[in-house]
Amino acid sequence: MATIASDNRGLRLAVRYAVLILIAVIFIFPLIFMVMSSFKPDQQLLNDTGSFAAFLPVGDISLDNYADAFKRAPVGLFIFNSVLVTGVTVILSLLICSAAAFAFVFVDWRGRELVLTAILATLIVPFETIAIPLLLIASKLPWLGFDGLTFGWLNSYQVQIVPFIADGLTIFLFVQYFKDLPGELIEAARVEGASWGQVYRKVVMPLAGPVLATAAILKFLVMYNQYLWPLMVVQQEGYRPVMVGLQYFFQLNRAWGEIMAYLSLITVPVLAFYLFLQRAFIASIASTGVKG
Amino acid sequence: MSKFGTFAGILLATTLSSGAAFAQTTLSMWYHGAGSEQEVSILNQITADFNASQSDWKVELQAFPQAAYNDSIVAGALAGNLPDIVDVDGPVMPNWAWAGYLQPLQIDETKIASFLPGTKGMWDGKLYSIGLWDAAISLVTRQSILDELGLRTPTLEQPWTKDEFMDALSKAKASGKFEYALDLGTAWTGEWYPYAFSPFLQSFGGDIIDRSTYKTAEGVLNGDKAVEFGTWWQSLFTDGYAEATQDPAARDAGFNSGKYAFSWNGNWAALGTLAAFDDVLFLPAPDFGNGPKIGAASWQFGVSAKSAHPDGASKFIEFALQDKYLAAYSNGIGLIPATASAAAMTENYKEGGKLAVFYGLSEKQALVRPVTPSYVVAAKVFEKALADIAKGAPVADTLDAAVDEIDADIEKNGDYGF
Repeated sequence: MATIASDNRGLRLAVRYAVLILIAVIFIFPLIFMVMSSFKPDQQLLNDTGSFAAFLPVGDISLDNYADAFKRAPVGLFIFNSVLVTGVTVILSLLICSAAAFAFVFVDWRGRELVLTAILATLIVPFETIAIPLLLIASKLPWLGFDGLTFGWLNSYQVQIVPFIADGLTIFLFVQYFKDLPGELIEAARVEGASWGQVYRKVVMPLAGPVLATAAILKFLVMYNQYLWPLMVVQQEGYRPVMVGLQYFFQLNRAWGEIMAYLSLITVPVLAFYLFLQRAFIASIASTGVKG
Repeated sequence: MSKFGTFAGILLATTLSSGAAFAQTTLSMWYHGAGSEQEVSILNQITADFNASQSDWKVELQAFPQAAYNDSIVAGALAGNLPDIVDVDGPVMPNWAWAGYLQPLQIDETKIASFLPGTKGMWDGKLYSIGLWDAAISLVTRQSILDELGLRTPTLEQPWTKDEFMDALSKAKASGKFEYALDLGTAWTGEWYPYAFSPFLQSFGGDIIDRSTYKTAEGVLNGDKAVEFGTWWQSLFTDGYAEATQDPAARDAGFNSGKYAFSWNGNWAALGTLAAFDDVLFLPAPDFGNGPKIGAASWQFGVSAKSAHPDGASKFIEFALQDKYLAAYSNGIGLIPATASAAAMTENYKEGGKLAVFYGLSEKQALVRPVTPSYVVAAKVFEKALADIAKGAPVADTLDAAVDEIDADIEKNGDYGF
């Protein structure tokens, strides 16, 4: 009986792994196609699409597409811009949204339910509906910088960062997570004389690893994939992010190899960020002992 | 004169001479060609030549990727930071002029008398934009295919009739040598549809908008001729001559790999085809009853309404209209030069050149898309209607719905000033 049960368990495990491997392959194949295609000349790339050769480094392989991509567009500049804008926005967003959520969950003040409801209601408002009013506002806002006081934020980094620091979804994620934290911890800290700022910094945030990782990944993807907003507010090449830069490659005669090379290059920061946070996510759960 | 006087004199002269260099007023220019290295380098050369040729104006170029360009202009207009000089796609120009983004050019029109008609952006009786080039479409095939199928080689003077064209498709299909007889380029969306396919409708006798009033599409987009066109269009797909949904890779490489017998494609793709075969033919559009037609008008230069220096901006545009620059664009990216004299200076469009046929096509078959602000909306409606019909939607109902949508837009915008 024990042998039959063991065999069944083995079979179930094998089936489970087979299904998981199949799903993993389905998800990873587009990435493999992209990277492999980036090494092939256009004609071969197009010919290979109908066969399994599309996923293999076969034929006339070279780095020519990468060299041509750098000639066609300032790829490094675009990646730098996107990483800068995304990185700063993610960090500021985690700070501001977690502080806001802390105030909604732990601090007792009049009207907090109403304000939270209003913020959550913004989740159903698509960005496209507020893009034009936001553009009109951004084009007239003052800014104190190295050039002194200037008006109009167009063609700058701040216009790509500031409007996206606080958002309903990130606040919502933090609120939900904070609600599940043991209230005794907060009460104990307050009884010991900790201020709200100390409770936020020394008690709540050290326990917020999982939600920080989740919110950071979501925010990173949203910011790194920004297209419409930078297209509207950035008219100088020096501030353009990667997604607007992608359009440099869509000419009348499309250079598919260069497109694949560019996509491979701009995917690197996303994968690196994900891998970095994946470890942080696991480490956070292991060290805090708080359920994720 | 004392030493002090000499020193003061030198200082004054130095200040004045350096002042002349700094006296140039900066003109900003937006251009749609970012990512096209040759295109931008030619324009950089023109601006450098212009800046060096006089001391009043200095043009500074900012290039945008084409797919993002029109949206950037609209956003720029909303935010009030349009540049002095813009480039604008020919059929879009009336909308931008009507919306107040552009002002009429201040250039001597005798200088553009010899330009191809499609390069002149006229709206409300005034010249708003001018192009250094035009583009044209042809029916691409090979002499060996025509010979094998026993087909007459059509000419500009005697293009194929509808029956001859359908006979050609039928024979290509029956030969069994091609996956599809005709590559229409349905993989390309957006402006390709009205640019490439509305000339078929016009050749049947219909149109996207009634050009006698520009206030309605009624009767021209859903009249008998239009329904006849729609039925024919649908038959291309139901009879298996062409694909309603096409793989972009097939569009790019299909004809050269022998998938199609004929390809409806533009002059910008011609050099690649010439490199693939030594017997390529660029045939004129067939005549479906109302004369053979192809689209006209490509990107053109204009002056933004916001510009405080329209005289300087117009001077730059006039400077750019020299034959040597028209020829440079043509040699660089394969476009059709706006004048015959510039064409004679080019490698491909001079008499006997590999692409000279396209100059003739532009001259004889080209028809600009409806010159009205409503075209921007009508073009999108037309594209959707054709895509739906290609996939089997009822012809008359679909065209009626398209007319309703176009007319509603015209009415909503107070007839766009007509």
